Amino acid sequence: MNRILKKSAELALLVLVFLIVIGPMVSLFLWSIAQKWYWPHPLPQTITFDYWAQALGLKTSLAIGAVSIVSAFTLSLLIAVSTVVIAMAIAVPAGYALAKYKIPFGTIVLFLFLLPNAFPQQPIFVNILQIFTRIGLAGTVPGVMLIHILVGLVYGVWITNATFRSIPPSMEEAARSVGATAFKAFYKISLPLAAPGLFSSAVFVFLTSLDEFTGTFFIGLPFINTLPLTLYSSSGYNMQFASVIALILLVPSVLFMLLIQKVLKAEYVGGMG
Amino acid sequence: MAELVLKDLVIKYGKVTALDGLNLTVKDGELVTLLGPSGCGKTTTLRSVSGFLPVQEGDIFLNGKRITDIAPEKRGIGLVFQNYALWPHMTVFKNLAFGLELRKMPAEEIKRKVAAVLSLVKMEEFADRFPRQLSGGQQQRVALARAIILEPDILLLDEPLSNLDALLREQMRFEIAAIHSRLGITTMYVTHDQTEAMVISDRIVVMRNGRVMQEGKPEDIYMRPQNKFVAGFMGTTCFVKGVVAQLDGERCVLRTDDGIELYGIATGTELSVGQKALAAIRPEYILLGSRAATGSAGVNRFRAQVDRSNFTGELFDYQLRLGNNFIRAKEYEAKKVYELGQTIDIKIDEERLPIVYDTDSGAAAV
Repeated sequence: MNRILKKSAELALLVLVFLIVIGPMVSLFLWSIAQKWYWPHPLPQTITFDYWAQALGLKTSLAIGAVSIVSAFTLSLLIAVSTVVIAMAIAVPAGYALAKYKIPFGTIVLFLFLLPNAFPQQPIFVNILQIFTRIGLAGTVPGVMLIHILVGLVYGVWITNATFRSIPPSMEEAARSVGATAFKAFYKISLPLAAPGLFSSAVFVFLTSLDEFTGTFFIGLPFINTLPLTLYSSSGYNMQFASVIALILLVPSVLFMLLIQKVLKAEYVGGMG
Repeated sequence: MAELVLKDLVIKYGKVTALDGLNLTVKDGELVTLLGPSGCGKTTTLRSVSGFLPVQEGDIFLNGKRITDIAPEKRGIGLVFQNYALWPHMTVFKNLAFGLELRKMPAEEIKRKVAAVLSLVKMEEFADRFPRQLSGGQQQRVALARAIILEPDILLLDEPLSNLDALLREQMRFEIAAIHSRLGITTMYVTHDQTEAMVISDRIVVMRNGRVMQEGKPEDIYMRPQNKFVAGFMGTTCFVKGVVAQLDGERCVLRTDDGIELYGIATGTELSVGQKALAAIRPEYILLGSRAATGSAGVNRFRAQVDRSNFTGELFDYQLRLGNNFIRAKEYEAKKVYELGQTIDIKIDEERLPIVYDTDSGAAAV
């Protein structure tokens, strides 16, 4: 009797978790193809793929309030890629230096990188907006990119730092002992060994930039329109359109998570342990 | 002549002085072991020679050249780590070829050298394996091969066998000693295991708190320790306290508080009559019971009581009571010869009984 109870409890828990995770996505999907869906119907009354078509720029009609998101998506993508390049160019050397050398106040420096997340976002960005307006960066792509880099570095530096810390110093010392300069030892030994972790850091920065809202909202509007901003502006009145955008935003995240899982598994097999 | 000379080396970690004016020479082709407990400065010394630890004062000379400020990659060293430090993303072959490739050696020659060194460490079939596919002992052999393939001026080994199990450690000791005598590379070895040091070394340097307590051949370190620390560190030593009663050249008599007179050798710095001293009694130099009669007549013959006996498989380990002192003795017998409480004859070899100062620093007691 106990075993049956235990099994049913496990099953119930599994179903609950499944519902919690998948439920919202199912709801989003249903909304994205709904034409008419009023309470108390459990499923949409009429279905249309018009919202998808509009969003992807395949149709144009102002009747249903959807616009092509292709340009917003492209902009988001461009900003994300540039952010990754610049943020990693900072995070990799910074993480390495903080991991390998005894930097004076090194702990404080690492802590400083955490600070942007320690404060409420709006006050920070309102102040940044003031400064950016004065120096002419408000409402520009470089301005938005700076925000994304700032936000990305928070985790970027921490992940690269942790990655480099996990490599025993004897690895590089062994390379130095057979004649490699400090740079060669980094390039040929530490970097390949750190690659999976650095890749994870880059993916994290990319996804954070793609989804970044608050800073972009304050600094970017009204000229810069990224995908999350489009999502926000349409979510009040047009649930269908908003659902389409939300689902599109999910795709890169899911793809990268699957990729990282594969990469990290390979890392463990690759013998860091 | 790949001779290593350390001159007046001072190394500090912040406020802590790890080495305070260390002087040491490793002659060409010699294997010198730095032996001592944790924190004695042996690893500090090794790391300063390898170039990864800056030196505050003093100099290091290798092959006549001053290398004190030279970067590690330019010193011509071979380094073997306790954790092997093989590069996991490269095969055994690439691990070994790495240094040669940096020197732009042609591929054919690299292949030859790698094959030669692999056969030296008996790992020929493992060239295409990855480190994670090797056992600890195998990894350490590859690490050793990697250190010697570049024919360095000096080979530095930092407790290379500490991560291996006891049986493997014994095996690898002999292999390292064999490779050393075959190649004749000047070598500095660091360990806290005295048996290991005794087996492989040409000379041992016993260190404690950044100072050299004694240096010399393994037999000298063991048989003629010059101070209490070295006497206690090597082998199983039981100290008996007393006062120097007689002194005749090297011959020394120690009188204990309960009037027992122990005849021994005054090793190390000069003792004088009336000084507090210790007799370092080693179990293997005590003859028990009927065997006691076979030792030289006259001195160091006592009656002792058996206090405890333990069978370790290889031998019987006895604890004996001599006056107010407890000393240990060993008998290589499979059956227990002496009962608890039994009083037996014992004879302590007077040629093998070091008598040292009763102080930790090894300096003259005031």
